[in-house]
Amino acid sequence: MAGDEQLTAPAPSADRQVPVSGGPLDRRAPTEPGSTYTGGRVSTEDLATADVTDGVLFKIRDLEVYFPIHQSFVKSLVAPEKKYVKAVDHVSFDVRQGEILALVGESGCGKTTTGRAMLRLEDATGGHIYYKELPVERFSQKTLREYRKKAQIIFQDPYNSINPKQTIFDIVAEPLEVNGLVATEREKEERVVRAINEAGLRPAEEYLYRYPHELSGGQRQRVCIAGATVLDPDVIVADEPVASLDVSIRNDILKLMVEQKEKLGVTYVFITHDLSLAWVISDRIAVMYLGRIVEIGDTEEVVSNPKHPYTKALISVIPVPDPLAKHEHVILSGETPNPVDLPSGCRFHPRCPEAIDACSEIEPTDVHIGGTHYAACIRLT
Amino acid sequence: MSATATPAPAKTEERIEHKGLLEVRGLCTYFKLSQGWVHAVEDVSFTIEKGESLGLAGESGCGKTTAALSILKLLPENGRIVSGDILFDGRNLTKRTEYGMSKIRWKEISMIFQGAMNALNPVQETGKQVAEPIMLHEGLSEAKALDRARELFELVGINPKRVMDYPHQLSGGMRQRAMIAMALACNPKLVIGDEPTTALDVMVQAQILDLIARLRRELDLSFILISHDLSVMAETCDKGVIMYAGRVVESGTTEHLFRDARHPYTRQLIRAFPNIHERREMVSSIKGDPPNLLEPPPGCRFAPRCDERIAGCDEVDPAAVEVTPGHFVSCHLFKEAT
Repeated sequence: MAGDEQLTAPAPSADRQVPVSGGPLDRRAPTEPGSTYTGGRVSTEDLATADVTDGVLFKIRDLEVYFPIHQSFVKSLVAPEKKYVKAVDHVSFDVRQGEILALVGESGCGKTTTGRAMLRLEDATGGHIYYKELPVERFSQKTLREYRKKAQIIFQDPYNSINPKQTIFDIVAEPLEVNGLVATEREKEERVVRAINEAGLRPAEEYLYRYPHELSGGQRQRVCIAGATVLDPDVIVADEPVASLDVSIRNDILKLMVEQKEKLGVTYVFITHDLSLAWVISDRIAVMYLGRIVEIGDTEEVVSNPKHPYTKALISVIPVPDPLAKHEHVILSGETPNPVDLPSGCRFHPRCPEAIDACSEIEPTDVHIGGTHYAACIRLT
Repeated sequence: MSATATPAPAKTEERIEHKGLLEVRGLCTYFKLSQGWVHAVEDVSFTIEKGESLGLAGESGCGKTTAALSILKLLPENGRIVSGDILFDGRNLTKRTEYGMSKIRWKEISMIFQGAMNALNPVQETGKQVAEPIMLHEGLSEAKALDRARELFELVGINPKRVMDYPHQLSGGMRQRAMIAMALACNPKLVIGDEPTTALDVMVQAQILDLIARLRRELDLSFILISHDLSVMAETCDKGVIMYAGRVVESGTTEHLFRDARHPYTRQLIRAFPNIHERREMVSSIKGDPPNLLEPPPGCRFAPRCDERIAGCDEVDPAAVEVTPGHFVSCHLFKEAT
């Protein structure tokens, strides 16, 4: 992440209209310092000629995704103030080309919404996402279609995310067909077979004409990965890709992700609730809590030298396969508060074991710990 | 249930001598399918003492849940305990009738089911669901049973005011706490937790495991933890049983299992879990797939996937050998300690 960028920004007033991305209410300036892009809509030519600068594939700046809460008509008369679920609230980070960046946090921390916003599967209500310096929120429909060939997603549940009535061949070939990427049947088959092989289903010919129900959970997840890599994407957002798999199969899929990063140069955004898995495969970790990144940095550095009290607690409670390991568990009481009425000051302060009085008043900004390591806690300043 | 709520065995039943509070001896549980019998649990034995916690671990399909359901005789209709004995507090549960079991279930052995989201009735108040076994087993009125439910809520860390909340009004962690309250409703001696923290966030998992540990100490409970997660077992249990394809491959104290694992399967399985306090390395996976239990392979069931296979592994079933006192391994590589 860029050194001068802050993780946080002043809280917006709650009564502000939430604009739709790129719509008439969008209050965002089309460009911002740091982006070389100037102009209106991003065309497909812009996307085709765009290139990675300084090894940074994505720049996420001040990203904000709010979901309005629908109130009954009567309630809206009594209390006209509109409320929002602040799923992602001013998040900034970079994704470097060819890295595995892990977004880690408990359910409701906004990690999935962040990942989806990067592919514009959710519209951001504020902030910017730059893909190769191009603002994703300004992509035209046509550009977006091109963009999604380059940016793919894998979902958690391989049982429900593929069509049970299609053969493996059809599932993997579909992205090629809808995008009109192959001219001949022969080329299509070649690419499908290659993707299936790369996903570790070998020999691919043996799987082509099977149906999903004939495969195990791990094999299905491999099919999902093949469906994503068949388009030669730059980046894959993997949303809890191993959460529903058995340990041994889970590790196979993790290895596959590392292998594809190394051999195919695919960048992965690995969304997971399990910090120990993030530790095993990722290059960098961003720890999220209630819509904010509280700590980000190189994986080894964050895990061995955590600075934010939340990260410290999270690491301390990870079970380890050693009954004699004596490390103290910092068990936080209660649960993550709801992201509608956020605590004042630092949103972690009501559960923080190290909180001081000032924590309920001052919003923390990120503090540079060293290298690429930042943490957002006022006690670190 | 009437006034005879004491756990003393029925008069007609003779007290059987056995080890520990619960002793499972040579348990075989099969499921009938149209294609034949699935040998889900084969010759499984373990013992649990009073106040002890035992982990039953293995990958999905290894028979750990089936073994637990056999103890309570809650098997699905096509499941059958084919042979073996389940001896609990002087009684043989395998010989018990359904009526006889109904007096043991919940009163003496209870269970925390997997998936707190689905195990509760969505259209009944949570507190009433906790109160139901109390009314049934102790013959209390609903009002008194609900009072007891409030006490239980307090015990497991839920605000007693929420006793009339429906499950959907509770968070995942609170629902799991309610499930624990329900399991404790009739002061059982033994609680079986079937993946009690799977699908919970790590912090909530830590809270629940902490709660279970506290309750075990306070109530002197015996606890069987069924889990696929060896790390959770390492942190919560005194003893462990590692299962593979319906059989016990290794058992002993958790120290035996994690510091001195002998069976190739146990060793590979442990390496599959990352240890965040150690040096970072890629976790390993076990090649191949578990066998089809309709026709289990002859000899050691792990032999087809085992790197250390020797002659005879795929022919002769390995017997359990005691490598150090209390540490049993079923593998041809090991001989009885002399």
